[in-house]
Amino acid sequence: MKTIKYILLLLVAAAATVGVMWLYENIVTRKQEAKQVAFKIANLTEMTVDPVEWGKNFPRQYDAYLRTAEHTGTKYGGGGSDSLAPSKLAEDPRLVAMFNGYAFGIDYRARRGHAYMLSDQRETKRVTQRPQTGACLHCHAANTVAYRKAGLDAGAPGKLDDPLGSANGYAQLQKGFELIGKMTYSNATKLVTHPIACVDCHDPQTMQLRVTRPGFINGIKALAASADPVPHLPSVEKWRRGDRKEGYDANLLASRQEMRSFVCAQCHVEYYCGPKATLFFPWNNGLKVEQIEAYYNGYKFSDGTPFSDWKHAEAGTEMLKAQHPEFELWSQGIHARSGVSCADCHMPYKREGAIKISDHWVRSPLLHINNACQVCHHFPEAEIKQRVEIIQDRNHKLMLRAEDAIVALIAAVKDAAKAGATDDQLKPAHESHRKAQWRVDYINAENSMGFHAPQEAARILGEAIDYARQGQLAVATLAQKH
Amino acid sequence: MKTLLAILFGTLAGAGGYTFFYARGLSYLSDDPRACVNCHIMREQFDGWQKASHHAHAVCNDCHVPRGFIGKWLTKAENGWHHSRGFTLQDFHEPVRIKPGNAAVLNANCLHCHKDFTREITAHRVLNDEELYCVRCHNSVGHGPRR
Repeated sequence: MKTIKYILLLLVAAAATVGVMWLYENIVTRKQEAKQVAFKIANLTEMTVDPVEWGKNFPRQYDAYLRTAEHTGTKYGGGGSDSLAPSKLAEDPRLVAMFNGYAFGIDYRARRGHAYMLSDQRETKRVTQRPQTGACLHCHAANTVAYRKAGLDAGAPGKLDDPLGSANGYAQLQKGFELIGKMTYSNATKLVTHPIACVDCHDPQTMQLRVTRPGFINGIKALAASADPVPHLPSVEKWRRGDRKEGYDANLLASRQEMRSFVCAQCHVEYYCGPKATLFFPWNNGLKVEQIEAYYNGYKFSDGTPFSDWKHAEAGTEMLKAQHPEFELWSQGIHARSGVSCADCHMPYKREGAIKISDHWVRSPLLHINNACQVCHHFPEAEIKQRVEIIQDRNHKLMLRAEDAIVALIAAVKDAAKAGATDDQLKPAHESHRKAQWRVDYINAENSMGFHAPQEAARILGEAIDYARQGQLAVATLAQKH
Repeated sequence: MKTLLAILFGTLAGAGGYTFFYARGLSYLSDDPRACVNCHIMREQFDGWQKASHHAHAVCNDCHVPRGFIGKWLTKAENGWHHSRGFTLQDFHEPVRIKPGNAAVLNANCLHCHKDFTREITAHRVLNDEELYCVRCHNSVGHGPRR
């Protein structure tokens, strides 16, 4: 009996010792985690486009970056199957009427992750069925080396290994950007291999954030020179108070926090990238929807024709197409004004072991509400999600109402033309159509369903409804006169 | 047999004692704020506190631990258990969020130090409602501005 008791005690003591040693080992692991170590394995230069190389030095960021290939969806974004994003045209037939005569009337799909930006562009019917230019690659590929090589071949100064931020680097980039933009898409796309890569946003030596897309570098310079107040971009306001001898250079002047939005604004913006001019961001008057519209309205192509993206096949209106003005709409919202950058919500900080890194799996904040929202908004995740969806549902309802108004206007203009109204007589209706659809499209193409600036989105949609109905009134008045 | 047991328990005590020392176990019995960042989970809160208005007047325990002897050590024991369990198993919600009981402790401490200002309000007994906790509005006094 006594022996059994001793043996039992012995076993208990042995098990407890094992437990203590396990705990000890766990604590050692946690302490090791707290020692941040980076191993430099690959030598990164301006020529290192392949993210695999960068991933050797920064495996945590690279692992997350790879996950942008995963299929995700929220109530109003993404979705579909693994191989194909859902067609916006099939989901909302109003868009077919609105984009009649334009490539977006053929193929228009919801977004997929960054990993697909190049392959999706190569496969969309907008590119395979309609001739497009190399300008499209400004935002759909890792293009810095391709641009600089093309620039050097055409006589830009310096060498390929000059720092990108040097005068020579900028000159090469700008020259190549202009030349590749003029090529056909099928030829230009052979010059690039990767979708967005590390080198597009990071300096290979210091890992510091930087902007490399010429469209943005030029666009933010033009914005800085405008009079549009941008209190959410303090370095631009500061530059404006200075002597303004040198143009605003984001890579030199922007704060780290501003850069955490600027790197995204290299592409998530409104721009012209058609065949008739070098790609540009229309920010010379400011970032608001009517300032961009005014800039387009005043813009003349080199052949003297006024600016338009296409002529509507049914209504005969010279139209504007909005791209995806996320940066512009965000700029009008409360998050921007409070100093919250794109990366704060779309690439929030996360903890891996003891290391704090920004999540390079760029995605909707609604897919990780804890890291994206709860850091500032101390409410349960379910409540935060509900709050966002209430905003988006309201915006969606208003947007569909505005689209209905535009579809009605298109039908009215078409009927009037059939009944014999001339282009001259239809001019007021055409003007209203252009204004109204530009506004709806601005909100529809923007990837937040109004969330980036809810009140501004509602203002824009309200104006769209008004302009569409004004156009219908103009057509009705015309009919009465006859 | 007894000798063997003595050796085993000695080993247990030794291993346990060293692990306690290695994990800076004694620091948790102090009021030193650095004890709260022995593990790195609350590093942001600690960094924020150093920039916040209460930095000069209150350490972690002044706000997060009750005043009385029994309450203080019970709270320390309860949170000590939760924290070490969570940090060992890595199964907690991030960002870390305060539990209702700890929030009540916190609010009681606000009212304790600021009683001269809050007496008029607390006379109506409305401040014990979670919706009316001081930090709902004064949310940057402890941990500084949110990022």
